Amino acid sequence: MRVKYVLNEVLVGLWRNVTMTVAMIITMSVSLTMLGASVLMYMQVDRMKTFYYGEIEVSIFLNDDVDEAQKAAIDQAIDSNPLVRQKTYESKEQAFERFKVLWEDSPDFVNSISSSSLPESYRVKLTDPEKYDDFAKEIESLSGVRQIIDQRTLLEKVFKIFNSIQVMSLVVAAVMAFAALLLVGNTIQVAAYSKRREVAVMKLVGASNWFIQAPFVLEAVVAGLVGAVLGFVALFIGKVVLLDNKLQALTTILTPIPNSNVWLMLPLLAGVGALVSAVTAWVTLRFYLKV
Amino acid sequence: MIQLENVTKTYPKASRPSLDNVSVGIEKGEFVFFIGPSGSGKSTIIKLLLKEVAPTSGKVVVNAKDVTSLRSWKIPHFRRSIGCVFQDFRLLPNRTAYENVAFALEVIGKTKAVARRVVPEVLELVGLGGKEHRYPHELSGGEQQRVAVARAFVNRPLILLADEPTGNLDPDTSIEIMRLLDRINRTGTTVVMVTHDSNIVNQMRRRVIEIESGRIVRDQARGVYG
Repeated sequence: MRVKYVLNEVLVGLWRNVTMTVAMIITMSVSLTMLGASVLMYMQVDRMKTFYYGEIEVSIFLNDDVDEAQKAAIDQAIDSNPLVRQKTYESKEQAFERFKVLWEDSPDFVNSISSSSLPESYRVKLTDPEKYDDFAKEIESLSGVRQIIDQRTLLEKVFKIFNSIQVMSLVVAAVMAFAALLLVGNTIQVAAYSKRREVAVMKLVGASNWFIQAPFVLEAVVAGLVGAVLGFVALFIGKVVLLDNKLQALTTILTPIPNSNVWLMLPLLAGVGALVSAVTAWVTLRFYLKV
Repeated sequence: MIQLENVTKTYPKASRPSLDNVSVGIEKGEFVFFIGPSGSGKSTIIKLLLKEVAPTSGKVVVNAKDVTSLRSWKIPHFRRSIGCVFQDFRLLPNRTAYENVAFALEVIGKTKAVARRVVPEVLELVGLGGKEHRYPHELSGGEQQRVAVARAFVNRPLILLADEPTGNLDPDTSIEIMRLLDRINRTGTTVVMVTHDSNIVNQMRRRVIEIESGRIVRDQARGVYG
């Protein structure tokens, strides 16, 4: 009976003030979508780091006039360095072969270059790509080395873009969450006002505090949950439409987002949405109803 | 049953206390009038007994419970042993007489089955048999107050508090409500009534406690309004 009463009160409450309910749900869902996107982004950067750090190479380009003695010294220095996991040597000819494949769409450009104009190089994979600086310091000083290029710095730029997008969506999420909180508070106040007679009688006859508050809190929680589900749907559609179709070219570079990660957002968003609404409603009631 | 010991209540920003060192005891089954001019502090007593307000100093004991030290989460349960009637009836306008009384039962966790058994009984007791399904606006003032009394009494409280229950009623209707309260008092319920209706006090000839400027100036076993 009491459960039925409370549920009925919740539905009536949501319907009584339907425009406010809709506003509450929309802000809540936008905020939660942003939160979900930002969490996904964070997980994605993490995945990309583990994926690409295994592939990252440090290229050591040699001077054109490098002699055999210098080359042997460089070779030896690389081999004896404990940071090195794997080493490959690329001659001028091999470099030219790779160059031809890379630029096969522009044969004129390829024809204008000869194998002698490309430098010899060592390609080195480090045991820990973060320790690049230590490694570079040792090799740089050797004569015959022209340039050392760390692929990681290129990747870091991508990660930086990701990071700033993530921060941006977190800021939007926070601002929208603030608006959502105010709306929840306001909705609960209106609901409490329209039910002030019932609340007064309930207090008079000794209804327990939770019983008086439950319909209001649940009203906010239901709105929060609906907002979370909508936010999740938006996130999923965004993933399918944007990443899987329109920007598919990007995802081949960026490693795809697994669906399981997107599904993980549903309980997360629902939990955050419900909890935030419930706490806001409860705090509002403590000030407004003074039960 | 009810014990006030050196109770002083000063509202914030008030220049003088509403109740000034008041001590009074009320036994089980008594019928007591608190009388006095407006602003004398008599309504504050009702609020203290319900713990709507806490005393500035002194001790309030109701049903052998020290209300002053009652934890706030225990207040709802404590109030279930007290029935309340007010000048403005405080009925829910969108519910019938039956539903108004049943609501009071349901929100403290009684089942619908209990309500179906008890509510018609108590409506019959207050003389509203046959009018269970009328809405408040379809009832006269006296009838509305009867619904309020039924709601206050349906839970069989040990104490019935009435804050100027006849304030909005004509003299004849007031007498009827008093007969009703008297009948409830005869079931063993302690009745505390705040009023400034001299007619009623003079007719009932019950214990009268007169308050003036927050102090008890008279406590008479079978008093008149004076």
